[in-house]
Amino acid sequence: MASNANHYVAPLDETPLAEVDSVNISAQASNLWLDAWRDMRRRPMFYISGALILLIVLVALFPGWFTQVPPNDNCLLVNSNGAPVAGHPLGFTKQGCDVYSRIIHGTSTSLSVGIIVTLLTAGLGVLFGAFAGFYGRWLDAVLSRVGDIFFAIPYILAAVVIMSVFSANRNIVVLSLAIGLFAWPSTARVLRAEILRVKNSDFVMASTAIGVSNFKILMRHVLPNSIAPVIVITTLSLAAAIVAEATLSFLGVGLPPTFMSWGNDINAAQSDLRNAPQTLIYPSLALTITALSFIMMGEVLRDALDPKARARR
Amino acid sequence: MFGYILRRLLQAIPVFFGTTLLIYFMVFAMPGDPIVALFGERGVNEAVAAQLRERYHLDQPFIVQYFIYIGGIFRGDFGVSFSGQPVSEILASTFPVTLRLATIALAIEMVIGIAIGLISGLRKGKFFDSSTLVVSLVIISLPIFVIAFVAQLVVGIQLGWVRPTVSGGAPWNELILPGIVLATVSVAYIIRLTRESVIETRGQDFVRTAYSKGLTSGRIVRVHILRNSLIPVVTFLAVDFGVLMVGATVTEGIFNIPGVGRTLYQAIVRGEGPTVVSFVTVMVLVYLVVNLLTDLLYAALDPRIRYGK
Repeated sequence: MASNANHYVAPLDETPLAEVDSVNISAQASNLWLDAWRDMRRRPMFYISGALILLIVLVALFPGWFTQVPPNDNCLLVNSNGAPVAGHPLGFTKQGCDVYSRIIHGTSTSLSVGIIVTLLTAGLGVLFGAFAGFYGRWLDAVLSRVGDIFFAIPYILAAVVIMSVFSANRNIVVLSLAIGLFAWPSTARVLRAEILRVKNSDFVMASTAIGVSNFKILMRHVLPNSIAPVIVITTLSLAAAIVAEATLSFLGVGLPPTFMSWGNDINAAQSDLRNAPQTLIYPSLALTITALSFIMMGEVLRDALDPKARARR
Repeated sequence: MFGYILRRLLQAIPVFFGTTLLIYFMVFAMPGDPIVALFGERGVNEAVAAQLRERYHLDQPFIVQYFIYIGGIFRGDFGVSFSGQPVSEILASTFPVTLRLATIALAIEMVIGIAIGLISGLRKGKFFDSSTLVVSLVIISLPIFVIAFVAQLVVGIQLGWVRPTVSGGAPWNELILPGIVLATVSVAYIIRLTRESVIETRGQDFVRTAYSKGLTSGRIVRVHILRNSLIPVVTFLAVDFGVLMVGATVTEGIFNIPGVGRTLYQAIVRGEGPTVVSFVTVMVLVYLVVNLLTDLLYAALDPRIRYGK
């Protein structure tokens, strides 16, 4: 072949062929996921965010482990906006309820919304992104335009409109649908771009050559090899969904006041910012720490799964 | 270039109709008859109701109503607010204030974001860089209303440096604090994006060539690295415009700034559905136009975009 003339060929006497071809059999097996796992275990941020996420999940599942004070009953107006006393470390809300207990019991609301929205965005995003990227042609054109339409409406504004329409029946599921229905196009875009890259690989061509069906190639080979960025963006979208819930509740179009939610507590506390800032600061702190732990985890995952990001570190 | 502009404009058409149709459909699905609601508790006068229905085209099928509405948008008619004032009139009086706030916020986030991002990128792995990364993560995690309340509490109430809420005319100097608050939404992303971009550009062959030619490092950073690193930042600003609009809604609501955002904020808080929808539609249209313009600007800045594909 003519192009061989341009190739650099190592002189035999300098680099013995046996050495070039030798394979270190005792070396540990490796792939993207193993590499990523090894990289993550070296980073303190992984342990910090992992511990925080574990704690948040435990608080959401078993609030009784963390506080014995009921969040809604036994609220005395005598304690309205009261300072911390023994047994009530963060003081009292305007209604005289324990701030700490309300934060503990509000955790499951935030986490549920976060998880439902994330499942929804990941599901829709993977569906649209995978089909658009893999099958291409007219299907790509149609799916991508549909994605563009949903992408063009900022998801919080869309959720505001949806929640205004459904003002009569607001609950966790409706709220999660309102956020998730407009948040998926970014996931779809990321996956589509990754699939476009992966589907031209040699192993895909090899599968086609031995007669594997297109759908099977997508499920067995292309999707598993392009899912890494989706995992990263999904972790980050969990944080975004939790913040979105709080923002909507703060605006008064989230969950009704009967739900215990950090956003509702912040909404109720805003008029007393001057004389009882603690009722606003502590739920905000809980919200920020939760968002931060998922964002840190997403960051660690991104650095571990994307070799380019690792190089930039 | 002309082909690219044409293609991009054609792509915007289905998105325009899709988004407006989607929003309009949501309003259509809104429970309750608006005409019946107008009569309040007095009971419906059928003749008047029929006349009103005809005037507002409510007797027409959905798709006809939609096209009447779209026709209105092209003539600058965005509907009427809850209190009966035309939305376009409200926009005319509130938009300058929001523009002022957005200008301050954009200026702050561009200057600070690009400066810190550039220094971080040039000192990759050093103390300044790693502490910037940690701080930026914390800023990203802070919801805008938390930042706004803390700023109001600390700077406005406890330190007493500025008025906690903005006065009627919304002068420039009183908008500085809300502007900083609004800027924090995106400044962390701009820092990170600039940093990544600078690190990538710094490794390119043309930078090495510039060094080997003997150019001063100041000139290389300014002309070769910074200029080439800013292209992704420009695109980000357009995509981020949606976040900025939501942020402006919350910021203007909290600091009581008489802009477009506060009008939407108050409509949301008071549950005035139709006003909310009109304003969201306007914002989505602005968002579409901004994104279209940025894509064209992007193509002008980076020849690879217009010749690619």
